[in-house]
This record gives sequence, structure tokens and C-alpha cells, in this order.
Amino acid sequence: MSTELNLTLKIWRQAGPDAPGAFDTIAAPGINDEMSFLEMLDVVNERLINDGKEAVVFDHDCREGICGTCSLMIDGQAHGPQKGTATCQLHMRKFADGQEITIEPWRATAFPVVKDLMVDRSAFDRIIESGGYITAETGGASDANLTPIPKPVADAAMDAAACIGCGACVAACPNSAANLFTAAKVSHLNLLPQGQAERYSRVEAMVDTMEDFFGSCTNHGECQEACPKEISIDFIAMMNKDYLKSKFKNRKTLSRN
Amino acid sequence: MELNSKIPAGPLAEKWTNYKFERKLVTPANRRKYDIIVVGTGLAGGAAAATLGEQGYNVKAFTFHDSPRRAHSIAAQGGINAAKNYKGDGDSVQRLFYDTVKGGDFRSREANVYRLAEESVRIIDQMTAQGVPFAREYGGLLDNRSFGGAQVSRTFYARGQTGQQLLLGVYSQLARQIGLGNVELHNRTELIDVVVVDGKAAGIVVRDLLTGEISSHSAHAVVLATGGYSNSFFLSTNAMACNVTAAWRAHRKGAAFANPCYTQIHPTCIPQSDDFQSKLTLMSESLRNDGRIWCPKSPDETRSPELIPEEDRDYYLERRYPSFGNLAPRDIASRAAKIVVDEGKGVGPLKNGVYLDFAEAIGRLGEDTIRERYGNLFEMYERITNESPYKMPMRIYPAVHYTMGGLWVDYELMTTVPGLYAAGEANFSDHGANRLGASALMQGLADGYFVLPNTISNYLAPQLGTTPVPTDHPEFQAAEATAKARFDGYLAIGGTRSPDSFHQELGKIMWDYCGMERTKTGLEKALSEIPALHEEFRKNLRVTGSGETTNQTLEKAARVDDFFELAQVMCLDALTREESCGGHFRAEHQTGEGEAERDDEHFAHVAAWEWTGNASAPNRHTEPLTFENIHLAVRSYK
Repeated sequence: MSTELNLTLKIWRQAGPDAPGAFDTIAAPGINDEMSFLEMLDVVNERLINDGKEAVVFDHDCREGICGTCSLMIDGQAHGPQKGTATCQLHMRKFADGQEITIEPWRATAFPVVKDLMVDRSAFDRIIESGGYITAETGGASDANLTPIPKPVADAAMDAAACIGCGACVAACPNSAANLFTAAKVSHLNLLPQGQAERYSRVEAMVDTMEDFFGSCTNHGECQEACPKEISIDFIAMMNKDYLKSKFKNRKTLSRN
Repeated sequence: MELNSKIPAGPLAEKWTNYKFERKLVTPANRRKYDIIVVGTGLAGGAAAATLGEQGYNVKAFTFHDSPRRAHSIAAQGGINAAKNYKGDGDSVQRLFYDTVKGGDFRSREANVYRLAEESVRIIDQMTAQGVPFAREYGGLLDNRSFGGAQVSRTFYARGQTGQQLLLGVYSQLARQIGLGNVELHNRTELIDVVVVDGKAAGIVVRDLLTGEISSHSAHAVVLATGGYSNSFFLSTNAMACNVTAAWRAHRKGAAFANPCYTQIHPTCIPQSDDFQSKLTLMSESLRNDGRIWCPKSPDETRSPELIPEEDRDYYLERRYPSFGNLAPRDIASRAAKIVVDEGKGVGPLKNGVYLDFAEAIGRLGEDTIRERYGNLFEMYERITNESPYKMPMRIYPAVHYTMGGLWVDYELMTTVPGLYAAGEANFSDHGANRLGASALMQGLADGYFVLPNTISNYLAPQLGTTPVPTDHPEFQAAEATAKARFDGYLAIGGTRSPDSFHQELGKIMWDYCGMERTKTGLEKALSEIPALHEEFRKNLRVTGSGETTNQTLEKAARVDDFFELAQVMCLDALTREESCGGHFRAEHQTGEGEAERDDEHFAHVAAWEWTGNASAPNRHTEPLTFENIHLAVRSYK
């Protein structure tokens, strides 16, 4: 059965992108441990509004761990202490009565703070726009079973495609690198037969765009630990291999023109 | 108000082909002379924006999310239907058509549904070409599973996250068009009004969610693909931000709202655990492929489920509907759960659920196979409830999940406002009074990829050489001023109650009186309580913070305001539809066995509501439904 927790929250408040930020200490008594972490924040916000104060801004939407909108560094860990779990699926039973919890936004230069705990992750969209697709315009597709895909290949592509684009990998990385995100997106498409035509142009464009915004990977592996979908850093190795090859293959293509 | 469905003449199977030939075209070189606004970037909106961009139109896409990849389509778990007949088990376009019309309890248009079934086949091809990693068999061919309301295996899936994979496919195509400069994306931007000039859609007024700035955008045509309105119930499986505002603002500008009372209560959600709960979580219908639903026979049962012997269990779906069993359609499975819980046979600490039990399937197939099929769903369940479905049966209960009603559209997906289109869950078109599982993804993609890009040129072609209404037109200026006054107004009330507290109270009224079972008395009660609560909202709302920066409390206030008006027409629609059909169950209209009793003589029609300026007194119009290819029958899954 449920029990009640009395918590102290240290929440990062920042009025806008250019405003200075600071921690606000908010008491959160009487929190039912059956609540999700975000329901706890809902309760806190409801109390703030009742006190005439401004609610804490945080990104969230599906609350099922799939849309990737929610974020939060909880006690210094991206998405909090439970492995393989996004903040919206984290429940208060993972916390103890009397605990102080520090809640911060994702910390990365490429993800500037919008307000309080909300950040701007549109750099991810720029990476996809640069090549994270298969050119397949509507109407021209052949029968889906024309090209069999071995199950292990489809499964590996799916493992990569499970990425929800939340940005935990960047937030957890000491270098704010986006290699796990980019590798997941590259590998999903590069593994599939349908993705072969653009394989090397894709990886080159996406990696180069990534480097315009994010830091470099030095194989810490923190991203894999923080990823709510537990995406493997093996995909980074796959991406690096393709990226290296692309530098030869794409040059060769160019010399023909 | 005229409701002309514009269904093409000719035999059912040729209507869509003939329409596509006869429609007016815009030549490739002329397409760049047209501007199209697409609001919403889920499956329908994202697919429409990407395809129209590919075709060469100037597209402006709007989403209130930070990225187009977040739309709620992403949360669909189980799969997408298509009449591929890869399993050779007797599927066909005709059968998918029939199942969908029957599943919708004979309250949808034959021609629309047939077109949907036809296009379903191409959707799978299209999405596979885009790199959607659908589940495959060891031979490398696509795998299928079964969903409710069908006796064939036609559901394609990508683990338990089919919606995510399809949306990522759509998003990748949209991103490509954005990168190419064919689509201009406006993220974190919410539609707050629709502008109609000279009887035609001229554009939209939007609010920048980061700065509060209000601005206008005009175009030759406007597409709303803004989802459903399940969140009028407060607790639903919809994402937190899902709302009716875009559709409702269009409705207030002349777009009829069709069948608002058709709401789908999904049978397999995790039961509510307490009053603080902000949303409910769906457990995919696919689980009913292997899970068996039961409750104890005795209301006084206190044993743990594994200790309850077979003879003391009631597998009530298998008992009542032997041929479909645990895969009875959603409306039927939901009501059956409500009946046993109302009889006091509910399980769990609040006795508000029934069991979905995998013990038999684990015994038959082994835990590994079950993990392979449903592993991520089991993990999600365990994270939320702290119980492992490998050891204990899941506890489930119905929750509001989808709305079949929506903006009325004709065969071309145009609303009653010329130039204003609605696609995906935002329209009412294909599911009748009940949607079958795995059909929402199919409809969203069909609308966005294959229907709208074919129908919109029929409206655009005659407008060649015209320019969109400039945004300094008095109608735009007036709409901006009204919107600004509305948002300033919420901030100025200075009352004592948050938008959420009102939303919660409204949701409770809706669930109690306009939920799984509706009665005349209950609906009348709701119709007196809702306006009173809305009045209190206008006087006693409290929104803290300002309108010039990100303010989620203010965003919520505007959405709740629109839910109040919508809720009234939902109840009115439920009250005036004196029959039971699909998701609409009126207690007064049931058979001796407690099954829904339709009244085809008086209600074989679409009810489309016209805004009159008074939310309590809209006008009801009807579009008769004629069935030329399917014999109207009592829907039986026994």
C-alpha cells in the first residue's frame, strides 16, 4: 500500500534564456509514493498556483516514456535513478521519506534553457533534416514483402530506432556529445536494405551537422547508462565505421563528376 | 447548413479510382504558387505536410511541440491494419472494409471506409520504403498479429511501439522537406483561431508558446490534423497536451462538429490508483492475443489471483462472446468489464480492475516467447504498478482513449468551411461509432499520405493566380485582437482555482454522465452542471505568471475553456442520439442481454452540430447514412 513522503526539492528556476538562474528550495510534504515523478511536480505546481506563485515550467507530454518530451536531471542523473526509465515513468517509491531532491534542466550548450527546466533541443531536428531519412516519396513504393529483411537485421534496426530523442545522452555526457542519438538514427537506417542508397551520404551529413552543435565523443559510455531505452554504444562504433568509409566513398563519387 | 458528402457516383470499388481521375489537377510548375497551412505534425499532419511539400506546394507546418516527432501518434502501441493478406487467411480489401463498418456499428460512410481499406495496402509499402522496422519472421517477411474485431491476422507492428516507428518515419520525411526548404516549420506554436474571409478559410492565428506573441498566417488552404478530444474527460490515455482547441476554434468559425458523443473507452488500461493521477496508461490491445481476461466469480473473493482456482474464475469475455473471446471489440470488452466491476467483482486495492492473465500463455509458449512479444509492455506495467505480469496477472480497466467524433468532413476531407480540411483523429470520417484497434494509425496515414494530397488540388486548381488574403486584412486583425483579449482575460481574472482543478472537475462530470454508460437523467444533469462550472471558471480562475513568456498554466487555461464548450455538445449529442451504438451506450436502449440496441430507423445518420454563438444551444443537422453494399445487421461477436 502507498505511503507518504515528505520531500525537499531544489529546483532550478530561470525566467528566460538570457536571465540568470538559481535554485529554489520548495518543500513538498505529503507526497504519495504511488505517484509518478511528474505527478509529484504537478502537485507541487498546483500548490504553487494556490499560493499565487508561478508554476515550474517543465517539458512533458505522453507520460508513457515514448514521446521523449520529458527530461530533468534528478540528483545529477539524467531521468533520475532508475535505469532504462524516462522521468515520466519514474515513480516516487524510488525515493525515501525526508529526501532532498535536486532537479535541473538538461545541461548542454547545444540545449539552451528556455525557462526553468525546459530546454531547446532543436539541434536534434537539424541533424535529422541533414540526412536522417530515406528518400522515398509518397506513391512510388514497391510491395513491402519484395525485399525480405533477415530478422536479426530488422531487430537490430529496431533496437536503434527505439531512440525517443529525449537528449538524456547529451545531458549525461561530460562532453555534451550527441553521438548516441546520432548513431541510433544513422544505424537504424543504415542497417536496412532500403537505407543503402544513401548510406554514406547520410552518415557524413549527419555526423558533420552533429559536430556543428555538439561536443566530441571520448567513449565515456555515460550516454548508454542514461538512455531510457538502453540503446547500446555499439551503434556509435557502427556509425564511426560508416563515417570513416564515407570520407573515401563520397570523395570517389565526387571525382567522377 | 448544407452537408454535402460529395461521395462520387459509381460502384463502391471504383469510386476512389474514378474520383482521382476526375478531380482537377494543379500542374507541377504551378504548385509553388500555392500556400498551404498544415496544423499538427502527427501521422496525418506530418504525412500531409511532407507529401504536399514533395509535390511542390509551399507548406507551412505548425506544432505546439518542441519537435514534430512528439505528436501523440507516437504513443500507439499495438499496430496498424492493412488488407495485405500476407497470411493467406482470407483477408481482402472487402473484408477490411466490412470489418471496419461493422466494428463502427454501421455508423460510418461506406465510401470513406472502402477507400481507407484500399489505401491500407499502400501504407505498409510506403512506410517500409521509408525504413520503418516492422516486425519480421525468420524468413525476412513481414509478421502479423490479430486485433479486436477481426478474424484474420492483418495487424503489422513494430514491437509494442508501432506508433512511434510510424511517426518517426513520417517525421523523417517531413524533416527532409524542411531541410529542402519546401516546408517551413513553426514549432512551439499553438493555433488559437481560424480566420474565414468571404466564406472561405483564409488562415490561422497562432500564439508563440515561448514569447506569447500572437501572429497570423494566411494560405490558399488550411489543414487541421490536430488530434482528438479525449482529454475533455481529464483522465484519458491521451498525452497531457492533447486538446480540442484547433478543432473547436474552427467549429466556432463555421465548421460543423460531427458525432461528438462517439468516444472510445479502451478496455485495457492500468486502473487509476488515486485522485492525484494525471493520466491513465494504456496497455496495448495486442496483449489480448495471449492474455485471458477474467474476474473472480464472487464479489467477496479475497485470495491472491494465483490462488483462485479455475472454477472460481469468470472468463467473462470467452463466456459471453465465444467466437471472438478475448478479442471482442473495444466497446464490447469495455462494457463487459464495467458490468463485472459494478457487480463488485473488481480486483486490486480499489476493486477497480479485472485481470489480464498470461499464466496460460506462459505455460504454453514459455516466458521467452511472451517476453519477445510483449516485453516492453510488461516492463512499463511493472514500472507503474510495481508488479510483474510474468508472476501476477495484470490489472486493467477501461479508460477514455480515442474520439471517433470530430470535425465533419466530406469525401474530400473538407469541412463545412471551404478550404478548411480536417485529417486524422480530428475528423469524424471513418470509424463510425467505434474504432477497431490498429485502425487509427491506418486512418491518419491514409488521410495524410494518400487522401488529402489527392483531394486538395480539386479546391486549389480554380484558384490559380489568386494570392492568399493578406494578414493585415480586418478579419485577421479582429481575430488577433479577440485572441489577445482572451489570453489577457485569463490572466486578469485573479480568482482562486487553477485551470487543472477546473479540468479535473469537468472530467469527473463527463466520466460520470457521458462515459461508458449514459442515461437521459445523467446527461441532463451534466448539461446543467457544465455551464455552471464554466461560469465559475470565468469568474474564479487563477493563472499565475505573465503572458509574455512560457506559461503552461495560461496555455492550459485556454484549452480547458474550449473543453467546457465542447463538453456541452458532447452531452447534447449523447442525449439526442436515442439509441446505443458502438462507444455510445444509452442505458435506456439495450437488449435483454445487455447488448447495445441500435435504432436504424431513426438514427442511421451522422449528427453534425453547428455553432450558434451559444455553447448550450447549437443546431443539430443530419447526414443520412445509406448502406448499399453492406446489410445492416445486429452486430454480433458471439
